[in-house]
Amino acid sequence: MTTRRNFLLCAGAGAGAMLIGSRMAFASVESDRRFVFVIQRGAADGLNIVVPYADPAYASLRGALAIDPSSATRLDGTFALHPSLVETAKMYAAQQALFVHAVASPYRDRSHFDGQNVLETGGTAPYQMKDGWLNRLVSMLPASKANAIALASTVPLALRGRAEVTSYAPSALPQAPDDLLVRVSQLYSGDPQLHALWSSAMDARGLAADAGARQDPASLGKLAASFLGRSDGPRIAMIETGGWDTHSAQNQRLGAQLKALDTMMASMRDGLGEHWANTTVLVATEFGRMATANGTGGTDHGTASAAMLLGGAVQGGRVLADWPGLAPSALYQGRDLRPTLGLDSLIAAAAGETFGLDPVHVRATLFTQKTASPMSSRLLRT
Amino acid sequence: MADVTSGTSATSVVTSVTPAAIALNRFGLGARAGEAAPSDPKGWLKSQLFGASYQAMPQALGVQPSSSALAAEFADRQSAIRNAGADDKQAVRKSYNEKLRDIYRAAVNARFVSALQTPTPFVERLVVFWSNHFAVSVEKPPVAMLAGSFEAEAIRPHVLGRFEDMLVAVERHPAMQIFLDQARSVGPDSPAAERAAARHPERKPGLNENLAREIMELHTLGVRSGYDQNDVTEFARALTGWSIGAMGGGMGAGAQRNDAAAPGQFVFRQPLHEPGTRTIMNRQYDQAGEQQALAVLHDLAASPATAQHIAGKLARHFVADTPPPALVDRLASVFSATNGDLSSVYQVLIDSPEAWAPVDAKFKTPWDWTVSSLRGLGFNTLGNTQIAPLLTQLGQPVWRPGSPAGYDDIAASWAAPDALVRRVELAQRFASRVGDTLDARTLGNQLLAGSLSDATASELSRAESAPTALALLLVSPDFQRR
Repeated sequence: MTTRRNFLLCAGAGAGAMLIGSRMAFASVESDRRFVFVIQRGAADGLNIVVPYADPAYASLRGALAIDPSSATRLDGTFALHPSLVETAKMYAAQQALFVHAVASPYRDRSHFDGQNVLETGGTAPYQMKDGWLNRLVSMLPASKANAIALASTVPLALRGRAEVTSYAPSALPQAPDDLLVRVSQLYSGDPQLHALWSSAMDARGLAADAGARQDPASLGKLAASFLGRSDGPRIAMIETGGWDTHSAQNQRLGAQLKALDTMMASMRDGLGEHWANTTVLVATEFGRMATANGTGGTDHGTASAAMLLGGAVQGGRVLADWPGLAPSALYQGRDLRPTLGLDSLIAAAAGETFGLDPVHVRATLFTQKTASPMSSRLLRT
Repeated sequence: MADVTSGTSATSVVTSVTPAAIALNRFGLGARAGEAAPSDPKGWLKSQLFGASYQAMPQALGVQPSSSALAAEFADRQSAIRNAGADDKQAVRKSYNEKLRDIYRAAVNARFVSALQTPTPFVERLVVFWSNHFAVSVEKPPVAMLAGSFEAEAIRPHVLGRFEDMLVAVERHPAMQIFLDQARSVGPDSPAAERAAARHPERKPGLNENLAREIMELHTLGVRSGYDQNDVTEFARALTGWSIGAMGGGMGAGAQRNDAAAPGQFVFRQPLHEPGTRTIMNRQYDQAGEQQALAVLHDLAASPATAQHIAGKLARHFVADTPPPALVDRLASVFSATNGDLSSVYQVLIDSPEAWAPVDAKFKTPWDWTVSSLRGLGFNTLGNTQIAPLLTQLGQPVWRPGSPAGYDDIAASWAAPDALVRRVELAQRFASRVGDTLDARTLGNQLLAGSLSDATASELSRAESAPTALALLLVSPDFQRR
């Protein structure tokens, strides 16, 4: 297919809990750089992912849920990485992983759905904006052959917007014959909405021909790499992961979630090969979880969490945090990790540096928050 | 070639949808092949509410196991796994997991068959609406077992009754208790917590605020309607003690060995209840024990915010992704005026002109589309077809919305490129089973009750074979919207 190509979106409703309902979405632009946004839906527990083991209050707040520092990978004098993140720890050692802690979007209540809305739209309040910041990022870049392709039944909000989005997912259904596809094209010719969606879908089929149909974490990472690695392929991708809402049985569930994430990222890294050096992957969640464990072996909704930047383009081997501490007086509303860094600042800087865009312009386009301060240091290699 | 014969211009894509088509497709589940369109569309809908033809337990569902039978089976599974020798554990687990999958699939098939056979398709649509409003998700294995019984026991008996009755039935049902982690929530100052702290000071049990938050945010008031974190925590304290009989695997309270309550059955456990008066949204609740949370639920059900929330969702479901505010207000006031009498609310909806706009504004969800397709092709039973994997392929696995908010009810969530391709693939499969026993042009006019667009009629008449024409009808713009 030679038509315009903007997005690729793909989904796996797959094996690992993390990838249940997970989806990928891509956008293509004229650049060697790749930018991937992995959203963790459900409020991932930053305190047990990038563990502040040296904070004197951590172990007692978390009780039986506390991660034993001797089992975790020590990152620096304050933080350690969850033991399930084996490959991510290797990236950190190779200075390809950077962690940001006590970070939050402008949203301060504890509803998943409002929180994800703010995270994905880039607004300051839920439902203030209709389109997503990732869609607006694409519009800032010089479009190449430009067409939308999607591997999912639905398009995540961060990618909804003016730019056309298409979707594709490996299907277990018998394929429809070409004759029927042509007739459907004709059938939709007078319907603007369905015509646009259908044209995108047909473009996606052209790209996805060699892209395997398995949906486990390793296959999903490989699939993402196979699209991002093409010279005529997309340069922006989004992957949705779910299952982070650990109100109970947290240690076991979070361990499995992180193992799936780790596997997917390693598989993407390996699949991208030489292009990994040009890749930035942002992993972020809508908000964090309470500093104290709840009464049922889990944690309830909180405020600040941790985010990750992975990839060969990242100036890694660092943890960025203006650490507020976990003493009772330091906690936000007496219960949550207090945010000291804006997720919007992080996203704007990571996206801007990836594509060499003016940081002020990027921030103004992607986010409505005017008070967001720039990051104190560069995130990517120069 | 069907030519444009009426006065409309050949380029027009807007066909006026008839009231009969609206009743059948927007309110109902789609016409059935060979069934006459209702001559009095509004009367037809109202008769479903008031005519006693609605079956709370239709035949297809009557043979499905109850939650108490299923919970007992789950408890057996847990103890079989626990008691199995190290070598057998894997095999025991595997055989139970297959059983669990079969139970889930049978429940989905039964729900689908009810939708095919129902004499009250409008009410069946409302069942699915409420089941999604009070969403549970089968990601948790015990919920996978119980989801069908949840809809049959907590939703169906109340769909034409009072909102508060449905609310209470839902929150006490084991599927919801387990899904939102209520069963093991313990008052921090309760006798049970103090006893536990004396035994294991490092593992003190306590609150889980998940159910309390989602009741306020999703089931009743709606988000940003005036409650705050303190209200959520206070409500969670009031809810402590609401629990179910132990099902093993930590699914009952403290996984007690000698639980007097039957597995999965709702039980109030006084020792877990946080003592004292609670203050929620400036109201004091000094009731004892179980009554405390019931009093809170009563006030939540009666709140104007709840009326607005429910009215908005109903209007979105039946009228438009962004519902007209005047309609929402009208539905909310009847909800409040009748203390949440749902049939009265539906009646006002039927009588609202906004619901009869002659343009189809709603894009069918995968469930809607599959149900209406098989009804339209004249299927009454499923044969060997498993519906659960089909709906997963279409992007809407049944009772698995991925979040307690349920599935979205807007076109942006369902009208996507790949979703269209999936529907085409499936339409072809459905149509091939019908062969040439149905004529797509005649059927199209019947299913859309005289609203089939000229453009679609023309494409149907050009199709190379009868099954291709039927497949095109099912994926046509006319049929994919309601």
